[in-house]
Amino acid sequence: MSFGNVVGALVPLNTLGRYVHWHFIQISVANLIVIALMVLTFVVALVAPFPGRRRRRENR
Amino acid sequence: MSDVERQWTTRLRRRAVAALPPDKLLPDTQPSYVASWIYVFGVTTMSALAVVIASGCLLALRGPQWWHTSSVGHFVNSLHLWSVEIFFFAMVVHLWGKYFMAAWRGGRSLTWVTGVVTFLTSVGAAFTGYVSQTNFDSQWISTQAKDGINATGAGAYFNVLNTGQMLMWHIVLLPLAAVLLTAIHVLLVRVKGVVPPFDERAGAPAVTNHDANDANDTNDEKVVDA
Repeated sequence: MSFGNVVGALVPLNTLGRYVHWHFIQISVANLIVIALMVLTFVVALVAPFPGRRRRRENR
Repeated sequence: MSDVERQWTTRLRRRAVAALPPDKLLPDTQPSYVASWIYVFGVTTMSALAVVIASGCLLALRGPQWWHTSSVGHFVNSLHLWSVEIFFFAMVVHLWGKYFMAAWRGGRSLTWVTGVVTFLTSVGAAFTGYVSQTNFDSQWISTQAKDGINATGAGAYFNVLNTGQMLMWHIVLLPLAAVLLTAIHVLLVRVKGVVPPFDERAGAPAVTNHDANDANDTNDEKVVDA
């Protein structure tokens, strides 16, 4: 079985999309997940230590 | 003034070198505040753009029958799609970072504006890509989009049901504009420098790595490897 078949078995890709509907806002779950991941990436980029930064400070 | 000095090529070269000397165009070091993950999303966006262009060139070489039917064609088609996904993902995080840094400070308004226009151009490039797939998905998207486009009055010049026109926008006009705008954006970043955080001393001169090693702890205007 190919890798694509395995992934396809885990995530049904041949069905209608799922949507979140809240008042006038309607967005697909897939797009909502992407936006959530972007927000998460943004926050992690602000707080995660950058490699080598401490070493550079110690070298000063 | 001699004839050589009056030549437009001489004058243009002197102005270009004065605005962007080689060490500023390709710097060896960057200010210490650039050592943060939030600063990597601009170059991530450009790296993704390089993959988008390269995979798009492969798709243009082989054509729709290839990308619809062969396994390698499917792979390159997916490579094109997913590099676009990464391109937009990284560009949006880059945009948020620069927005909250108020990256238009210090005479960088044109850098900000070129970034915004590049973003809008890229949205157009992505949209024309969706309607150029030559499958049921592109038919669905174009028929859904036509009423919206026609309502703006642009339909007479930008017909989403015209596959040939959309393909030309997607593979010629919009990529040219996006790459050109990106080049101008990067050159402006080189001219004005990376925007400093609010608590940094704006416009402080960069120093070499050697100087950074010798400096005391209170001086935070140091550099990191570019």
